[in-house]
Amino acid sequence: MKDIYAWAAIGLIVLTSTTGDVLLSYSMKQVGDVGELWKRRGALAVLGRVLRTPTFALGLMAMAIAFYSLLFGLSWGNLSLVVPASASLTFVANAVAARIFLHERVGRRRWLAALLVAGGVVLMAV
Amino acid sequence: MTFRKYLVLAGITVCATAGDSLLARGMKQLGNINVSLHNLSALLLAILNPWVTAGILFLLAFFACYISALSWADLTYVLPATSLGYVLVALIARFGFHEVISPTRWLGIALIAAGVGFVAAGPSVTPSRQHLDSRGPSRDALSPQVKL
Repeated sequence: MKDIYAWAAIGLIVLTSTTGDVLLSYSMKQVGDVGELWKRRGALAVLGRVLRTPTFALGLMAMAIAFYSLLFGLSWGNLSLVVPASASLTFVANAVAARIFLHERVGRRRWLAALLVAGGVVLMAV
Repeated sequence: MTFRKYLVLAGITVCATAGDSLLARGMKQLGNINVSLHNLSALLLAILNPWVTAGILFLLAFFACYISALSWADLTYVLPATSLGYVLVALIARFGFHEVISPTRWLGIALIAAGVGFVAAGPSVTPSRQHLDSRGPSRDALSPQVKL
């Protein structure tokens, strides 16, 4: 029974952290190259522009929910299940989401990388 | 990809790893706080522990590096860099603290390193229409082979 809770938490972590990553990535693409902006307009301009991007706050919120889901997940399931399962599934989910929502060109190279990294993360935790 | 951009990616790996390790060390030092809503004050006071403070500072630095990398690179390019931290921790454990690493973990290290290598060798950003319209394509977006 506890396993169901742990997997529910894992599902929630994957969903929210993927949402957060996609939103943050989207916001930062709107902001544009931070390094160039910094050189031209200074650090405050960068900070202002980032904070004024509405999706950035949403992304942060999703990340916060993911963090708390992880805490709850850890109290329901084993560290050795929850952390690697959520981390590796997030890699794969992110590749899918980046392709669908961010229109990133996720070619064979990046698919393979997402799967390799996901597999590697699981093995590291065993 | 310029040298400075690779430095930012390295910053992601190093700061995330250092932040997590410092936080873990600090929280262990504090002992068993029951992390629950009933014990919020103990949780808030945890910030005063120097290890925890340092950990949080590193995690803030990680976040700064992370979002700045996302401003010029694809999410699917940046993410594998975050996983190099696992490798870093294992290598520090092996060569710094002489811990034994099991064959399965070595295999994990190899898989992660291979994944990161695959992505790093490819283009860092999907060329967007905006790029093409206004400033012309950024050099490494369209022709990764131009990279030095």
